[in-house]
Amino acid sequence: MAKVEITVNGKATSANVEDRTLLVDYLRETRNLTGTHVGCDTSQCGACVVHVDGKAVKSCTMLAAQASGSDVKTIEGVAGNGALHPMQEAFHQNHGLQCGFCTPGMIMAGIDMVNRLGPKLDEKIIRAELEGNICRCTGYHNIVKSIAAGAKEMGKGMKKAAQ
Amino acid sequence: MGIEGIGARVLRKEDKRFITGAGRYTDDHKIAGMHFAAFVRSPHAYAKIKKINIKEASKMSGVAGIFNGKELTGDGIGNIICGWMVHSKDGSPMNMGAWSALATEYVRYVGDAVAVVIAESLEEAQAAAEAVEVDYKVLKAVVTAEQAMGLKAPQLHPEAKNNVIFDWEIGEEDATDAAFAKAANVVELDIRNNRLVPNPMEPRSALVQYDAAEDHFTLHTTSQNPHVARLVLSAFYQVAPENKLRVIAPDVGGGFGAKIYIYPEEIVCLWAAKRAGVAAVKWTADRSESFLTDAHGRDHFSKAKMAFDKNNKITGFKIETLANLGAYMSLFSSSVPTYLYATLLSGQYNIPNIHCNVKTVYTNTVPVDAYRGAGRPEATYLVERMMTTAARQLGVDPAELRRNNFIQEFPHQTPVIMAYDAGDFGASLDAAMAEIKYSDFEKRRKKSAKNGMLRGIGMSCYIEACGIAPSAAVGSLGAGVGLWESAEVRVNPVGTVEVLTGSHSHGQGHETTFAQLVTERFGLPKDNVQIVHGDTDKVQFGMGTYGSRSGAVGMSAIEKALDKVEAKAKKIAAHMLEAAEGDIEIKDGEVMVKGTDKKLGWHEVCLGAYTGHNLPEGMEPGLKEGAFYDPTNFTFPAGCYICEVEVDPNTGVTTIEKFVAADDFGKIINPMIVEGQVHGGLAQGIGQAMMENAVYDDDGQLLSASYMDYTMPRADNLPNFHVSTTETLCPGNPLGIKGCGEAGAIGSPPAVINAITDAIGHNNLTMPASPQNVWAAINDGGMAEAAE
Repeated sequence: MAKVEITVNGKATSANVEDRTLLVDYLRETRNLTGTHVGCDTSQCGACVVHVDGKAVKSCTMLAAQASGSDVKTIEGVAGNGALHPMQEAFHQNHGLQCGFCTPGMIMAGIDMVNRLGPKLDEKIIRAELEGNICRCTGYHNIVKSIAAGAKEMGKGMKKAAQ
Repeated sequence: MGIEGIGARVLRKEDKRFITGAGRYTDDHKIAGMHFAAFVRSPHAYAKIKKINIKEASKMSGVAGIFNGKELTGDGIGNIICGWMVHSKDGSPMNMGAWSALATEYVRYVGDAVAVVIAESLEEAQAAAEAVEVDYKVLKAVVTAEQAMGLKAPQLHPEAKNNVIFDWEIGEEDATDAAFAKAANVVELDIRNNRLVPNPMEPRSALVQYDAAEDHFTLHTTSQNPHVARLVLSAFYQVAPENKLRVIAPDVGGGFGAKIYIYPEEIVCLWAAKRAGVAAVKWTADRSESFLTDAHGRDHFSKAKMAFDKNNKITGFKIETLANLGAYMSLFSSSVPTYLYATLLSGQYNIPNIHCNVKTVYTNTVPVDAYRGAGRPEATYLVERMMTTAARQLGVDPAELRRNNFIQEFPHQTPVIMAYDAGDFGASLDAAMAEIKYSDFEKRRKKSAKNGMLRGIGMSCYIEACGIAPSAAVGSLGAGVGLWESAEVRVNPVGTVEVLTGSHSHGQGHETTFAQLVTERFGLPKDNVQIVHGDTDKVQFGMGTYGSRSGAVGMSAIEKALDKVEAKAKKIAAHMLEAAEGDIEIKDGEVMVKGTDKKLGWHEVCLGAYTGHNLPEGMEPGLKEGAFYDPTNFTFPAGCYICEVEVDPNTGVTTIEKFVAADDFGKIINPMIVEGQVHGGLAQGIGQAMMENAVYDDDGQLLSASYMDYTMPRADNLPNFHVSTTETLCPGNPLGIKGCGEAGAIGSPPAVINAITDAIGHNNLTMPASPQNVWAAINDGGMAEAAE
């Protein structure tokens, strides 16, 4: 057993878990944060993407124990102060989701893309960057559009913050 | 239409819970006392079970029970059935072999469930499942349909001699042969439709809650049709009577056909929960299990020939198809390669004589059933590759050959059952050709050639059948169920509305589009309308969502119920306003007497219905109406897809330069949702054409059983799509809807392959057109012509 202490969406959490417990299972089963999904068992689909210390991570590839001491953000912690995150709003405005199963991972990957590459993302970059996220419903067309729009909005926010 | 009514691009009501992580899928549910199921599965494609030893496993921590197939059948749990009877051409019924939810004597595919472990935690269940020792006598397996019919092939089911399930035909063979005898030209084509794995992103899951005191089960499950699941689980599998079984399909993460069927896992979890005496059992597939147990799609091999007269008019079409149905007959498996396939072989064309023979066979592979399009993609791929092949052989433009043979007058009776009710095939062809700038293509081809690249263009003019289907008609063709839909509209005393529907949404956005019907009718904001679906305790009955039927059939039922609500509301309002019923109009949330300033708020009329203080003499209080809608015909979405590709002859890597879709879906309720459906369908069709392939080795091991081996289309494999619509209304239902859910997957594969074969200059290419396969095809010869 391992004692893990993880800050999840700004709240300190701790638990004793089996050594083999994956971060995604810690989030879903121990913390009841079921917005993070499991779509495969080979770290291909990206439905489980969360942010660990600000970086996108497939939470099925990381042990909960490895995340101990880290700051983890899940889809449930993305919206703030009663307002949707611009990336969430962009998925809504651009019909970037259908069944919704891959969506949390897509949004977390989209936000991470902007954090790493800045708000000016063209279609080619977005498509290449999405190679770790699979969607079976949308054909990606509107996901690409959503991320571009979300990035633009995030850019406005960054500009405001800089001023 | 109003800003939220029919035809408006209304943003989805259901989005918020999905983008905030608040969606509630089956696996997200937890119940106190919940145990977990893990299945012991066969590692062999074909074997006799000699002995199952659970001695060590049953001593392991947390184990509440380990059960096998003999115990299951011993408790009276019925075999899994195929619900559509197809007869062979000699009149004999299909040869259905027995399928027990847990294998009893033989296992017939890798992944076939042999035993189940119920334990307190998932880890304990999995550990004990691994400790169960099964002693198998391994038998020689057979994986392809061609081999299964061979003389030396192993026999999989005693009921099916030579593994043949049925040998079926449609159309007039003699007349078709006569047409070929007189033909000016005959074009021949052998074609394979590759086996696919549907792969909704949410793996299948079942959560059984068993209330011992009431002997009552609640099943949360990943179903496209929870009422059908309850019916089949009760009536055929004898798990529990209907009044003791509630089935809930909560948020479901995609279906694509794979979640229509009632699988062994649901049956076993229901039965095992009671037998083990536990309060609840959960099972969720991991992705490997999904590959090994979700019904696969397609897997046809066909030999076809088409006869033309001297004016290039089609005079005959003859097809022999071999369909691999896998190890057992899945729920609708018999209908897919017959009534959903061969009835569409006339395509968009006037073909006076068609004959098709279909043989279906058992093999040691995962059962095959409907996957997005179900039979119609196979028909379209055959017809549309044939048309392009014929155009090349006859030396005419593929667009002109199609146009020359288009059906122009409606209704049109084809020689293969279907009566097309409406369409304008030329309109969608024109729209697609204009959008892709077809007439300038040769310039673009030359430009690519200068860069050492092969450019090609390919089209597909598809027609398909949706709105499945008139109950009496499908009954006469062998369906075990009726295919109507039900709806109930409940108006609350304050004027808000609940619509209960037998359709099920697993990504299609029904909570928005169905609400738009109410918005259109009464002028209420969409947020005052709640759509209720997916729960057999709430919605009385329904047939669920597949075959693009929720618009044409599901919405028609809602319209019928709305008609009744509107009529009653008008009667009440006329009485309250002392006006004639015919003068009452409901608009923008108000109920008014036409041409006067007399009016009531919608909520006042609704409240009046429930107080009952001032109703017309003899009228029952309340405002709630239900309807069952049985379709009058299939609906016939049709359209034209054109794909332009560039192939690198050095590597075989193919890039889609542009993909254009022009669809006629009849009336469109929400263009944003419809476009999304087309995008997703195109991605799946392009996936089939270029990437996806379920591959078995000779021993029956599924080699492509993970996302590392089975190529799912990803964002960088696909282009942006250019989608548009033309419109001819469907005359058969109140809204004029045809359906849009599957067209993309149906129409796109031949467009892609026709484009690539155009680029490489010959026809010897089979799906998937992976770089390796395209490179091999280029090096088969024919390259010089293409690169001229």
